[in-house]
Amino acid sequence: MALATEPLRRGLRADAPRRFRRPNGWVVLSYVLLTLGAVLMVFPFAWMLLSSFKEYREILSFQIWPERFTLVNYVEVITKTAFPRWFLNSLIVAVGTTTSVLFFCAMVGYVLATLRFPFKNLIFVLILSTLMVPTEMLVIPWFVMSVEFGWVNSYWGLMFPGLIPGFGVFLMRQFFQTLPRDLFDAGRIDGVSEFGLFWRIGLPLVGPGLAALGIFAFIGNWNAFLWPRIVGQSTSMYTVPVGISNFSGEAATQWNLIMSASSLAIVPVLIVFVIFQKQIIEGVVLTGVKG
Amino acid sequence: MISSPPRRPRRGLSLSQREAVWAYVFLAIPIAFFALIRFWPALQSFYLSLYTWHVDPARRRFIGLQYYRELLENPVFHQALKNTLMYAAITVPVSMLLGLTIALMLQSVATGRGAFRAIYFAPYITPAVAVSWVWGWMYNYNFGIINTLLIEWYVFLENFGLERLAIAPQRFLTNPELALVSVSVVVIWQQLGFQVVIFLAGLQGIPRMYYEAARIDGATPWDLFRHITLPLLNPVIVFSVVITTINALQLFDQIVNINFTNQGGPLNRTLSIALYMYQEAFLRARLGYAAAVTVVLFLIILTITLIQLRITQRRVEY
Repeated sequence: MALATEPLRRGLRADAPRRFRRPNGWVVLSYVLLTLGAVLMVFPFAWMLLSSFKEYREILSFQIWPERFTLVNYVEVITKTAFPRWFLNSLIVAVGTTTSVLFFCAMVGYVLATLRFPFKNLIFVLILSTLMVPTEMLVIPWFVMSVEFGWVNSYWGLMFPGLIPGFGVFLMRQFFQTLPRDLFDAGRIDGVSEFGLFWRIGLPLVGPGLAALGIFAFIGNWNAFLWPRIVGQSTSMYTVPVGISNFSGEAATQWNLIMSASSLAIVPVLIVFVIFQKQIIEGVVLTGVKG
Repeated sequence: MISSPPRRPRRGLSLSQREAVWAYVFLAIPIAFFALIRFWPALQSFYLSLYTWHVDPARRRFIGLQYYRELLENPVFHQALKNTLMYAAITVPVSMLLGLTIALMLQSVATGRGAFRAIYFAPYITPAVAVSWVWGWMYNYNFGIINTLLIEWYVFLENFGLERLAIAPQRFLTNPELALVSVSVVVIWQQLGFQVVIFLAGLQGIPRMYYEAARIDGATPWDLFRHITLPLLNPVIVFSVVITTINALQLFDQIVNINFTNQGGPLNRTLSIALYMYQEAFLRARLGYAAAVTVVLFLIILTITLIQLRITQRRVEY
């Protein structure tokens, strides 16, 4: 009886209508402010694209919309610079590094989460401790090393620092820890090899983790600037960010060319983001809040 | 049969020994990687910072802590350190407050939440190099869109005789007083989405019933925010502060590219520790001195990480 009447009594209280009105005002205000903010967030991208379709004389006159959309800037960037080569370099470096990251981080994560062996915790703590060392502190010894072994201006030189990131190991270990141990013990009794336990039983069950890690490794390597700038010194070994940086420095005031070069670097990432939006945002949450 | 001793695998290894051997077989390459590409270089930075630089190791001269003494006195390093702390002091609180506000607003809207979240997040994953060139163009004194809009705004206000409300066009990147703030705006714009995403996830992890229970007890919206949302969001806030602070201490891409012809300028007023390290090491070939700079950066980041560990271990229990 008391339970049934309780909601009714609450509904009849004097402050009840206010509780319903207040959220509405807040919701309307939220939509207005969120829309305004969204316009500010998108504006630089929109302005970049619009500028990239304008001719040189037009870009210096205030005009939001191009008189006519022209592709001359893109044609010039692609034919008169080594942009296609930089794009290929970035692709090779990002795909190569991502492949290594996925394989090795998953393997180390699997071993740390499911196998029993001496010094396991020490190894895990040491790997985690590498997260505290800023890249800036490593680039000088990496460079010294690269000069010594002739890795300057090579794909290996561009790739080697990122092959097994500590955060990837941590992420994959988290995923493998959610799997029951019995699963692997059962596999062992059935005669599955140790590598098979990882490759055929463990790996297929951590798909979301691999997706998040793979996307992050790809984007991170695609955007990287500090190390590629140091180790990729000849024009033919630039990655896209290094190429854009140096090309734009030379193009000086030809902002239409700089904007089309920037678009060529940014738009592919935005397309990847639109396709994998869900995995990317979930990945940020996973590595973020849980990390 | 039942009482017979367990059959030992061949080669005399017990099951647990076999497992340990396999573990190390799997870990061989990764352990070598971490030792040679992570630990050894980190130690080598300490080592290099004690020697003058020469390509031939035999001709490096031991000078002890002399580079560290130089750091104490070098005004350019002081400026870089001050700027770097300023970047953190500006970008961290501003992007956090904006991020939390936006996340709270997103939580209260039902339709379009995903779309808004995606729009706010997009800049976070785009290459900082290209993005900085775009902002450099928008900041351009003569032709940049921001100054153009400021002039249009003036012309518009003139119609009503309200010129006093107008803002004069600014030299965003060449005015020493303004340049660091202009760069900070780009950084905030880029990392805002990260804050929004993790705050939103944090907010959605708070059980609804806490709010409902408190509302029945007559709590105001401010009470709910102050006594439920904030304490339960605390771990997320600490995490976000630490990540964004460490990012701010490592700023490089934006500063190089937003003002390419005068990197770190005007008057070193946008110079960051990372850029200073780069210039000393790779433009002036003072690798030993630059290594000392990175050791200082490492110590700062280490301190922040340790403080974070102390704070997060103090849990909020409900």
